[in-house]
Amino acid sequence: MNQRLQKTWVLAGIFVCIGIVYIIRLFNVQVLDNRYKMDADNNVLRKVIKYPARGLIYDREGKLLVYNEAAYDLMVIPRQVEENMDTLEFCALLEMDKATFMEKMSKAKKYSNYKASKFEKEISTISYAKIQEQLFKYPGFFVQRRTLRTYPERSAPHILGYVGEVSPSVIEENSYYKSGDHIGISGIEKTYEEVLRGKRGIEIQMVDVFNRTKGKFKDGLFDTAAVAGSDLQLTIDNDLQRYGEYLMQNKKGSIVAIEPSTGEVLAMISMPTYDPNLLVGRARSVNYKQLSLDSLNPLFNRALMAKYPPGSTFKSINALIGLQEEVLTPHTKYSCNMGYRSGRFHMGCHSHQSPVDLEFSIQTSCNAYYSNVFRNIIDKYPTAEEGYEVWHEYVKSFGLGVKTGIDLPNELQGFVPEPTYYDRYYRKGSWGSLTIVSLAIGQGELGFTPLQMANMTATIANRGYHISPHIVKSVSNQPRSIIDPSIQRKEVNIAPEHFEHVIEAMYKVVEEGTGRSARIDSIKVCGKTGTVQNPHGDDHSTFIAFAPKDDPKIAISVYVENGYWGSRWAAPIAGLMVEKYLRDTIGRPEIEERMVKGNLIHPQIASNEEE
Amino acid sequence: MRKNSSAIERMDWMLVALFFVLIIAGWLNIYAAVYNEEFTNIFDTSQRYGKQLLWMGTAVVIATVVMLIDERFFSTFGYLIYGIIVFLLLLVIFIGAETKGATSWFSLGGFKIQPSEFSKFATNLALAKYLSTLNINIKKFKTKLLAFAIIGVPAMLILLQNDTGSALVYASFILVLYREGLSGNILLIGVLVAILFVLTLILQAEVYKMPFDLFLNGATLLVLCITVLLTLVFYVQRKQKRIIWLLLTIWIACIGLIKSVDYVFSDVLEPHQSKRINVLLGLESDPRGAGYNVNQSLIAIGSGGITGKGYLKGTQTKYDFVPEQSTDFIFCTIGEEWGFLGSTMVIILFLALLLRILFVCTRQRSTFAQIYGYGLAAILFFHFAINIGMTIGLAPVIGIPLPFFSYGGSSLWGFTLLLFIFIKMDADRLEVL
Repeated sequence: MNQRLQKTWVLAGIFVCIGIVYIIRLFNVQVLDNRYKMDADNNVLRKVIKYPARGLIYDREGKLLVYNEAAYDLMVIPRQVEENMDTLEFCALLEMDKATFMEKMSKAKKYSNYKASKFEKEISTISYAKIQEQLFKYPGFFVQRRTLRTYPERSAPHILGYVGEVSPSVIEENSYYKSGDHIGISGIEKTYEEVLRGKRGIEIQMVDVFNRTKGKFKDGLFDTAAVAGSDLQLTIDNDLQRYGEYLMQNKKGSIVAIEPSTGEVLAMISMPTYDPNLLVGRARSVNYKQLSLDSLNPLFNRALMAKYPPGSTFKSINALIGLQEEVLTPHTKYSCNMGYRSGRFHMGCHSHQSPVDLEFSIQTSCNAYYSNVFRNIIDKYPTAEEGYEVWHEYVKSFGLGVKTGIDLPNELQGFVPEPTYYDRYYRKGSWGSLTIVSLAIGQGELGFTPLQMANMTATIANRGYHISPHIVKSVSNQPRSIIDPSIQRKEVNIAPEHFEHVIEAMYKVVEEGTGRSARIDSIKVCGKTGTVQNPHGDDHSTFIAFAPKDDPKIAISVYVENGYWGSRWAAPIAGLMVEKYLRDTIGRPEIEERMVKGNLIHPQIASNEEE
Repeated sequence: MRKNSSAIERMDWMLVALFFVLIIAGWLNIYAAVYNEEFTNIFDTSQRYGKQLLWMGTAVVIATVVMLIDERFFSTFGYLIYGIIVFLLLLVIFIGAETKGATSWFSLGGFKIQPSEFSKFATNLALAKYLSTLNINIKKFKTKLLAFAIIGVPAMLILLQNDTGSALVYASFILVLYREGLSGNILLIGVLVAILFVLTLILQAEVYKMPFDLFLNGATLLVLCITVLLTLVFYVQRKQKRIIWLLLTIWIACIGLIKSVDYVFSDVLEPHQSKRINVLLGLESDPRGAGYNVNQSLIAIGSGGITGKGYLKGTQTKYDFVPEQSTDFIFCTIGEEWGFLGSTMVIILFLALLLRILFVCTRQRSTFAQIYGYGLAAILFFHFAINIGMTIGLAPVIGIPLPFFSYGGSSLWGFTLLLFIFIKMDADRLEVL
């Protein structure tokens, strides 16, 4: 009996031991270890992202350029899909073949049987209306609302840019983005991404083991509302922008127009262009591929990314530098006999009266005159390097060969050779003003973007300064010119009276010189033609202009590739643009018609049409 | 002794109180586990808590009936009851309804009865009756054989029903035999075999680098260690000549066991069983499959913290992340909603019940009642240890209910019978001559 009592104690001991072990284990699991609490949250809490509406974009007149339209992602939870669903009818509804259906289904299953995954993305509102009526027949499928960009004006694709799904590399770099998010990929959609995107909201829902929603966690205590993106107003005048695109059809090239007093870009046209609505939604990848394979490169923003020599338009700059450097007076005359000769060197010129003074040299675009002026600037200094250094600083102060800092991505710097460039290219000390004399007429190594040329024109129009060109006027009705320190006034070290001589000459260019095709009745237009030598084909036609002469409201640069003389295409187009902007009516419809019909991409088609 | 006082008045009120506390706490947690805003009527018998309420009512009726029956009924008809139950266990294999792979249910017009839940008290009665026979000696081989047969027959039948968990419960009767004189060494050997089995499982997957560029696999290393250990024992005890044979037998047995682990593991055990053992030992991680239950169970319990999320506020159990949460995994609901304090309280309640039963045993005059009491304690202990152990990852997942807590009529009735027969015996203990 005694032994049995003893064994009872052993049993009691075992019971108590197990009890204590369990209590210790529970203390460990429930009190000390936090891992399980986190796992529990992962189990039961589902964070549903509330996508904010992306900011809208308006033109300077308040016309809506970009807005959001609803699109729908068709989602599927494979577990809830019925075994015997009518796949044939479903495929017909989605306009999809059975093989694609099976493929998408197995992909969704692979991701998760319980969690929703995208079955078909970005279905348009129109298709959705049709699908929605039938969707109740197919349990397991539901739609999730997204927004897509829409461009009612179909203009300015290079400025606006486009929005697409964020790439894995961006997700890695920037913790804000999650897979499936939208992000601005080019244009102002890219530069203003953080402003436009707004702030994501989050709703924490409770779900059961089958991922069915069971209500808000703690009645939404930890939810955050989505904050809509800020709206942008552009400096672009949409009417002018569209008119430029209209004039430039079937031509390659670019137009940039700037309001000189503010640096606001009024129009920025790059041709050929495309309809921005092509790069939206499901069709984007197909269309993008097509556009990027196009030999005319419509995705390329020539206004910012193409580098052209300035051609004869650059003579105005050399005239200004010459005046400031006092190697030139308005009355200085040089003779020109079909060009400039120095020893065995000869630079051709067209036939015109000789000798010419400053005003007439610009009006008639005399090569010899500027060869003299340029060489005098350089040779004023003991060495060519020093002279060139001075000249080069003047050029840069016009915003040439430096980034303008415009609020668009991928701007080119342009090119003005540094003094050391020639030291490397020739031998130090072995080059002189004659070696680089082609810079006198805007040829040689020089290469500027159409934007830089427009900015240069604005500097002339302002008689010696420019404001940083920019494309966004205000963010959420806050004018950028006040809040953004990157918009600055930049002075040129040339006296204002010198500008008056050059401007008078540029006025003459339009009134009675090479730029007569840009003339507008009762508006004083100042301009300068240019013909840019092109080793690859026909020369490029270029023109810079501003108007009105005494109170400039618009400064413009036009490049028409393979357009030959500046007077042929660029000058009339510039004139029409100025007239459109200042008057809003076109007084010379015959010129407009000729410009619109001109086809420099497929000249045969144009001539056929004319017949 | 006042013969005219009724048995109900002479009940051990502490046991009865513990019984009521446990079944009420159990019901509250079943209600929480299947709680659903749409059905809140507690008497709604379409819901589990409504049904459980019905089972609880009938259990109280059963308890009352037991208290009114003459105490001698159970000792007299012990074998008969056992015989009937064994017959039912056999019958259910042929005409039973299959649920979750086991054919252990009689389906009686929407009602389902699980005879294996009743065979525990019947076996306990039979075993107590046999071991309380005068002049019985457990040391005798024949006695051992018969005792094991009484335990083994229902266990085998339940195994045939494919309900391994319920069959394993019968192992708890070894504790009764131990108390009745079975050598403690057998228990010790059992524990050692289990330890060696587990060690082999863990070690055989590993390869160890030894000095002299030798690579040994874990099992070989284990054999080596045992050999060294036994040699040491022999060296110390070398005066006793006979010990060498004993040590040699142990050595051969150990090697045989180590070698048989693979065979047992892959051929004797079902794949899901070996997988559960592997998951428990941490040899295999399978959070979606075999480990899913335990993982989710630990998440539910662990997320409860010190004070729990509050009654009906548990998210893991409410949204069905834990499987079988009103039956085998009911402890998760307790852990999640009542926290460390609540789950500790439940453990203390069970310990109180078990220790009270042991105490009540010691005051029994009749050997029959005593043995029955120990059997009761052993069965409850086994259920308690395995059920709670598996929810906190300390025991393999064996699907057996937590007594008085888990949802289910058969198990509640079975445990009520088991307990109240003992309470009845205790109430009438002084009438025993």
